[in-house]
Amino acid sequence: MTDDAENPAAPLLRDYPSPEGIFDEMLTSGKTPRPHWTSLVSAFERLGKSELVTRRDTSARLLRENGVTYNIYGDSHGLSRAWSLDLVPLVIPHDEWRSIETGLAQRSRLLNLILADLYGAQKLLREGVLPPGLIFANPAFLRQCHGIMPPENQFLHLHAVDLARAPNGRWWVLSDRTQAPSGTGYALENRIVLSRVLPEEFRELRAERLAHFFQHLRDTLRRLPAHGGGQPNVVLLTPGPYNETYSEHVYLARYLGFPLVEGTDLTVRDQRVFLKTLEGLQPVDVIIRRSDDAFCDPLELRSDSILGVPGLVEASRAGNVVVANALGSGVVETPALSAFLPGLCQQLLGEELKLPSLATWWCGQEKEFAYVRENIDRLVIKPAFARGVGGPYFAETMGKKERAALLTQMEATPYNFVAQERISLSTAPVFERGGLVPRPVVLRTFTCATREGYEVMPGGLSRFSNSPDQLIVSMQNGGGSKDTWVIGEGPVSQLSLLLPTTPIVRLERAAAEVPSRVADNLYWLGRYAERLEDTLRLLRCTLVRLAGDVGIEDTPELTALVRLLAHLDFFPETFRERHTSTAVEREVFQLIYRTNRLGTVRELQGRLSNIAFTLRDRFTADTWRILNKLQTDTRPRPGRVPIAEMVSLLDASIIDLAAFAGMEMENMTRGHGWRFLDIGRRIERAANMGSLVKAALTVQATGLETLEPVLEIADSVMTYRRRYFSQPQWPPALDLLLADESNPRSLAFQIFALSDHAANLPQDRNQNTRLTYALSTLLAKADWPSLVHDQLTTGNNKISELLTSVATGLRGFSDSLTHQYFSHATTRVS
Amino acid sequence: MNYEIIHRTVYEYTSEVSVSQHVVHLTPRNLPGQQCLRHELLVEPAPALVTSREDYFGNATSFFTMAGAHRTLVVTARSEVALYPRHWPAPEKTPAWERARGNANRTAGLTIEAQEYIYPSTLIPALPALSEYARPSFSAGRPLLEAVLDLTGRIFTDFTFDPKATTVATPLEVVIGKRRGVCQDFAHFQIGCLRALGLPARYVSGYLETLPPPGKTKLVGSDASHAWVQFFVPEHGWLEVDPTNNIMPSDRHIVVGWGRDFEDVSPIRGVISGGDKHTLNVAVDVTPLTEKPEEVSSQSQSQRVEDPA
Repeated sequence: MTDDAENPAAPLLRDYPSPEGIFDEMLTSGKTPRPHWTSLVSAFERLGKSELVTRRDTSARLLRENGVTYNIYGDSHGLSRAWSLDLVPLVIPHDEWRSIETGLAQRSRLLNLILADLYGAQKLLREGVLPPGLIFANPAFLRQCHGIMPPENQFLHLHAVDLARAPNGRWWVLSDRTQAPSGTGYALENRIVLSRVLPEEFRELRAERLAHFFQHLRDTLRRLPAHGGGQPNVVLLTPGPYNETYSEHVYLARYLGFPLVEGTDLTVRDQRVFLKTLEGLQPVDVIIRRSDDAFCDPLELRSDSILGVPGLVEASRAGNVVVANALGSGVVETPALSAFLPGLCQQLLGEELKLPSLATWWCGQEKEFAYVRENIDRLVIKPAFARGVGGPYFAETMGKKERAALLTQMEATPYNFVAQERISLSTAPVFERGGLVPRPVVLRTFTCATREGYEVMPGGLSRFSNSPDQLIVSMQNGGGSKDTWVIGEGPVSQLSLLLPTTPIVRLERAAAEVPSRVADNLYWLGRYAERLEDTLRLLRCTLVRLAGDVGIEDTPELTALVRLLAHLDFFPETFRERHTSTAVEREVFQLIYRTNRLGTVRELQGRLSNIAFTLRDRFTADTWRILNKLQTDTRPRPGRVPIAEMVSLLDASIIDLAAFAGMEMENMTRGHGWRFLDIGRRIERAANMGSLVKAALTVQATGLETLEPVLEIADSVMTYRRRYFSQPQWPPALDLLLADESNPRSLAFQIFALSDHAANLPQDRNQNTRLTYALSTLLAKADWPSLVHDQLTTGNNKISELLTSVATGLRGFSDSLTHQYFSHATTRVS
Repeated sequence: MNYEIIHRTVYEYTSEVSVSQHVVHLTPRNLPGQQCLRHELLVEPAPALVTSREDYFGNATSFFTMAGAHRTLVVTARSEVALYPRHWPAPEKTPAWERARGNANRTAGLTIEAQEYIYPSTLIPALPALSEYARPSFSAGRPLLEAVLDLTGRIFTDFTFDPKATTVATPLEVVIGKRRGVCQDFAHFQIGCLRALGLPARYVSGYLETLPPPGKTKLVGSDASHAWVQFFVPEHGWLEVDPTNNIMPSDRHIVVGWGRDFEDVSPIRGVISGGDKHTLNVAVDVTPLTEKPEEVSSQSQSQRVEDPA
């Protein structure tokens, strides 16, 4: 930051190089700002460097707080990388935008007509307008979807087009996204943040608002037919949290007011799609999908896909669900189509193609391939069909061997390749190190279908590459994004200036539909969090005693504790008989750090993180921070870890978990989601308490050595002392741990909480209330004083027997929940 | 000759399956040389829904869903088919193989439909080994059928029938390495070879009769679904070869359907919810019926197997 602020007086444009041979968005070749940039440039000059740095930092903070992230595949930083937004918007003058807009709407119309033909009559192939190979060799042409005609022949509901500006100032189409285009949500978030950071500039330039576009999109989807009339039930289908643009899915779903679901949340029954919720199956009429075509149905499409909905193709074939965009629409993404678009546009629309595509040669045609062979060094070679797999290749800069290999491949399967002319992208100013620098920029634009034709988002998502001479701009390869401001026409009325820049989000009830998968994951989150806490307490209790300087033979309490842990299966069975303090220390060390052993701190912590990750859209940034801290707190370091250090690690982790539990108690609405989380916690705590007491009684039926540790593990030492002011004794301790309904750690407390939950479960049909009622009765009927007395004097096992019955009852309850509410995995059989 | 075909598939699951959906290709096609006289599909326990339609390739396909817990699923397809001997042109009378090649520019002798089958598909990727293997059979100007029969013979000699060597999921590359496999693998391999030269070739799923007529030897591939190859010859349409038996199918191959590869026309596939582990048992019985086939007017014209217009 310090270098950003140095020399605040230097003019912003002093070091901005003159554009040479390329088009700069801001400056003319004479190094003066273009007319539509002047006001922004002077505003930036006025603000000064240090203020600009502050605003840039504010925008980064806002994005972080909104949880805007972008996942990079194979990134060692983990999955969520902060979204990067530049402080300088890309500014586009009004008139120029209007012509882009017309071109985009025309292109969407055209591609939609091509899709309708390919999945219908295929006249374009029969009449020789398109070479059949371009479609037949294209794996994105889904024969299973042929003949499925969506309502009003609308295949493309949302279409994205990447544009670039050539040195002559014209905009060219680089590529199309027709399956599940990403970027609308990011564009919107960029807008919200940048209009807050640069409010006056935003107003002064009268940038056109994005909100209308989303209203159109929502209206279009809501207008689609619904089963049984009325408004359709719309869901947004995401491949899940591991997808690169997951945070956008979360955002869009919230913004548009549609539930966000994963493939396993949906099920097809009798050719109808349903959402599996705790309240039962809810019909789904429209699916906005963010999965690529082939991954949408493991029954009929890619069979190795676990992301899809089995039977979805059959459901859309039957006309019972609309998938937006239609399954199979990926076929027109191929760059090989570009060469034919001018002809197709004449044929289908009787119009000139308004937005030119990059000059493209499909090598599946002999003459074209011959041209490519001749001119290979001037061209970019790309895969014709499998987007993102291999390439682009720049033959000119390739080694001899690589080049030969590429040519061999091209000769063998020429239809798999296209060549495109190489263009220099235009540059736009990016705020970096306290000044402006030019960076190559690509603009992703969006259109959506409406009743009156295609509506174009005014602006879009601009992306730039970090290195000045990079030939590819891609978020996957680093770089950043920009907001795009289309300058409005005429003055904007005072009234509209006061209007919010984004539409108001629809109000939702607290207990909105909870998909079964989410309830399932929340349940296990509760169980693992509790299991981890229990493990941490057991290990801490042992370590603290190990840290004493007395040899192990001399501390009966430690010996008893080690035997207790052996009975609880934390330590190997041999420890029930003999052990040395070194062996115990080694075991504890492993129980903390080993990741390939079940039930260690690290292993449980990993499970907890994984499951929390799948619930990312349900947690606040603060909860995330706690979970991240938990992860860093247990991170291993090389070398022998002293006992004291292990103890403080366990201390810190216990506090982290307490903070997590606090967030859960204080910040989660008491819907079914919270209920399942708490049920998981209660079941686990009850089960752990039961086995702890059972093991303690087995190890030491009458002695008192395990008693203090047990109270400590159960976090009930203070309560005991406050209540009894005496050295621990079994009868009052057992009462406190098992029967005392006011102790939040006691078995009775858990069971009564579970009964309460069971009574409030949706669609219960008495099954679960019956199970928890049986559990409460077991406890209520127990005559604790005499049970304890008998156990201590006669050594009978009545308490253990009772605890065994409770454990069985708990398992039965857990199974019943699983069976009734949670989703089941699907398997492919053939 | 009339045949009765009983194709029985039994799934057994180690735990209950609550919901499942299946797509089947079990109905024999109607062709100039073949008539499906009767067909029924029996699913036990009773399915919640069954629908039938024609798929993209013109094959009859059925979709059914199961609702309600079950541990066993039995799918039985019972068909009666009248089959007439196919007659093939003399190999030396077929056009030079180069004339049957297609690409985006040169489609002269090829129908649009034939062009569907020139390109790689999911289970038959383009591999250099394919054209290398095919080349020796395709000397310049050689009549197409002659060249294909030569290729068929070489595959028959070079590859060993070995049901233990591969599964449904074994990639073609592995089959080529092992030179072992079953009819499905040999058909995929030969199709790959033909496509590598730009020749349209497709995968045929069907049956072979179980009991050989007196004096004829029992053919490999009976008692199960069988697979073989069709390739396109300008002016003649689709001709057939069976690389597993090194013959041109005549009157014992019953066609169920075709596609680019097994994936397009697999007899039965499904997705189950629950079920844990599953075992699958398939039994196919093809029995010649004693009655004489009814005379069908198309019989005399059945020079070749061709798509219905």
